[in-house]
Amino acid sequence: MSTTMSISENDWSLHRKGPKDQARHQEKVREAIKGQLGEIISNESIITSDGTKIVKVPVRSLEEYSFRYDPFKKGGVGQGSGDSKPGDVIGQVPQQQPGRGRTAGDQPGIDYYETEFSIDELAEMIFADLGLPNLKQKGQQEVVSERLRFDDVRPVGILPNLDKKRSILQAMKRQAMTRGTSMHDPGSAGVLPVPGPAVRQLHRPGSDEPGSAGILPVPEILDEDEEHLEHPSALHIKKDDLRYRTWNVTHELQHNAVVIAMRDVSGSMGEFEKYITRAFYFWMVRFLRTKYSSVQIAFITHHTEAKEVDEQTFFSLGESGGTRVSSAYKLCLDIIDHRYPADRWNIYPFHFSDGDNWGDDDNAICVKLVKQLLQRCNLFGYGEIKEEAYSRWASSSLMSAFADIISPEFVAITIKSKEDVYPALRKFFAKPAVPA
Amino acid sequence: MPRQIADPNPDRTMQAVWDVARSFGLDPFPTHFEIVPAAMVYEFGAYGIPGRFSHWTHGKAFYHMKTMYDYGLSKIYELVINANPSQAFLLDTNDALENKMVMAHVLGHTDFFKNNLYFADTNRKMPESVSVNADRIARYEFEHGLLAVERFLDAALSLKEHIARQPDNAVSRNPAAKDEESGAVGTPYEDVLSIGVARPEAKAEDRVKKIPERPEHDLLYFLIAYARDLEDWQRDILAVVREEMIYFLPQMRTKIINEGWASYWHYRIMDALDLPADEYASFSRMHSGVVSPGGRMHINPYYVGFKVLEDIERRWDNPTDEEQQQLGRVPGQGRAKLFEVRETESDQTLLRKYLTEELVRDLDLYTYKLVDDEWQVADTNWRTVRDTLVAGLDNFGLPVIVVADGDYRNNRELYLEHRYEGTELDIRYAEKTLQHVFFIWNRTVHLETLIDGKKVRLTYDGKRNSKTVV
Repeated sequence: MSTTMSISENDWSLHRKGPKDQARHQEKVREAIKGQLGEIISNESIITSDGTKIVKVPVRSLEEYSFRYDPFKKGGVGQGSGDSKPGDVIGQVPQQQPGRGRTAGDQPGIDYYETEFSIDELAEMIFADLGLPNLKQKGQQEVVSERLRFDDVRPVGILPNLDKKRSILQAMKRQAMTRGTSMHDPGSAGVLPVPGPAVRQLHRPGSDEPGSAGILPVPEILDEDEEHLEHPSALHIKKDDLRYRTWNVTHELQHNAVVIAMRDVSGSMGEFEKYITRAFYFWMVRFLRTKYSSVQIAFITHHTEAKEVDEQTFFSLGESGGTRVSSAYKLCLDIIDHRYPADRWNIYPFHFSDGDNWGDDDNAICVKLVKQLLQRCNLFGYGEIKEEAYSRWASSSLMSAFADIISPEFVAITIKSKEDVYPALRKFFAKPAVPA
Repeated sequence: MPRQIADPNPDRTMQAVWDVARSFGLDPFPTHFEIVPAAMVYEFGAYGIPGRFSHWTHGKAFYHMKTMYDYGLSKIYELVINANPSQAFLLDTNDALENKMVMAHVLGHTDFFKNNLYFADTNRKMPESVSVNADRIARYEFEHGLLAVERFLDAALSLKEHIARQPDNAVSRNPAAKDEESGAVGTPYEDVLSIGVARPEAKAEDRVKKIPERPEHDLLYFLIAYARDLEDWQRDILAVVREEMIYFLPQMRTKIINEGWASYWHYRIMDALDLPADEYASFSRMHSGVVSPGGRMHINPYYVGFKVLEDIERRWDNPTDEEQQQLGRVPGQGRAKLFEVRETESDQTLLRKYLTEELVRDLDLYTYKLVDDEWQVADTNWRTVRDTLVAGLDNFGLPVIVVADGDYRNNRELYLEHRYEGTELDIRYAEKTLQHVFFIWNRTVHLETLIDGKKVRLTYDGKRNSKTVV
């Protein structure tokens, strides 16, 4: 008999080559993401999310360089469904940015896959080598806290911790596999008809796929009574599909630290200024909460008057009114002296504004207040948001008044564009946390 | 304890298919089918062949296929290895009907591997070779560190397709061919290692002869032979990458015709199996899913291959009066012609000879190009379409890069040339790839090409990329 059959006896469950090499690829992708962090940080959809969702960051899988034709200059041969004519449009390419050449992301069929990172995971990556500067041992006693972090997902757990989304996704995957229902993949489509990543063409003449792997497209099953995966009510979830969030225990040293976030909400803060402020503080809060379990954050908004608010109000408050920065700094001092005495707390005030203060008089008062704050704080961070076009107002801004302040604990930066947010974070949180 | 598989009687399925295939005159290698879980099929697909060395690019391909599979977006029904005996893998979730179709399709492939000219010199014991190579590379990882090996593989792989000794050579010269008779495995790089040993003499010759004497198309070969600052393990890695790619080249050259052939036969074999009506209906659906028009910007090799072959059969079964008189064609020779075609043609020759005006029209093929921000149909003229398709297959759709000078500026700098044929290079990619070449060559490397009609020399000196108009 010249043909033989065997049912594989091997225990393939131990075979880990593919996943192992994919893990290495993932690792390299993560390293590459770090290069993209500036973009991710200022990504609007992340900033405006409610923070609890898992964010899908479209990451290009790593590019494999080789000598190849410019895909935009190449052209090729395609196939239509009837009577194609010269001039028929068969695809689009995103608008070329002026001054920027086409990037890899614009090419037809570039390999994207969406990596799922939770915002906390992103924050972890972004702030991997950052920390609260000059963090000192303060407070009565070193308390080692056992921190429960809900960051693991497992197939076993208790019902209250059921991760519904993951469970459904798992059921869908399982059903798709056994039933074979799918979107019709013509096998050489550039883009699949599902919302999500653009997918590399599977077949090209002279394709770089060496083996004779027939990636046969799954046919569409047209029966009326067939279940459709789009209707969750028709989904059968099996016990094996369930996924539970569970905790890992981590030990952390406790420092007494408080961050005082101050935000200018006067009328002069426009869309751009508001956005930058929110972007910065969004990541800052994220960073602090994931890295320091016990840090406290106080939120102050101000126009001509200052008010302490809760986190939600801080982020959502609209702008109006004039600007008197000193009001914020006064309140800040107040809060410190009443609730966070400097001998027992590491204190980090931050202030974001467009620098357009009431006048030189108030600027002078601010300088005095900052000097007082500096006596109590580990670091005072001031961020002035000046969109490029308006930089001619620089001379009368708060920043120029601060020019007199020379102190290692005073860090001031100017932010002109979205790309400056990440460097700002890195500058403020530059020194790694000093361990006990 | 036997595992759960969806086909209750795979042995019987297989025997039936085999018998029908043989009755049609198919002549496959002995084929061993193995039923495996999905994960293994897409892993083998990603690596090209089971047992291949580790690399993150394989991981990336694996993940890609797995994702497609997990989301039900595609299913690797079949995977077959060019070897003697051939190995084929079936999903354990395939039911009997799916297995019939896949097996029929597979036998088409193994018949093709055995009989097509371009495969004549391939190493039919490749699975073993690949395994041996992988073990050696794993040992290097242990001895020299994962990162060092990975970095070197990254560089070697960036050049992997540039290994044809001459352009369009039908039978790529495979050092393994010599060793086939002795049955030696794992020695194809012997001649390469011996080049290293003979180096002292070569050095004296270098000064007299120009290196290379004539422009060298096989970049990996050149580097193996002439890169000086390589350790033995690095040279070996280059040789492994080259050897394995040489093995895959015929498959890359015959994708359309091979898939067409296998599709043609799965269709006829399934027909001959006399399936009950409802099974046949299911099969029809599966078949249409496979053999369907490609996307707007690419053709589907299954579809085009299948249609071209069916057309050849029709035309040779019913030659016109003119063809009968002037070419002496006799009616009813369609099937025989197909067997001949499967033996002698590659994708390029198949399309050049047999893609007719009617086919181009029926398949609605066209050329396209970028106009501002839109891809537009450029030409539907059948000759233009055919010629563009055939030309696009030149050198596997890749630019021709040759080594022009191995001692440029008398400074042992490497000078590469892009043989411009109308399309420009992706410059960003070229600059990055030059960095890889530098990593292997260890001295400044250049690439001459055309940008916007001007001759330009790209250079990488180990520190930065630069561009000079020549």
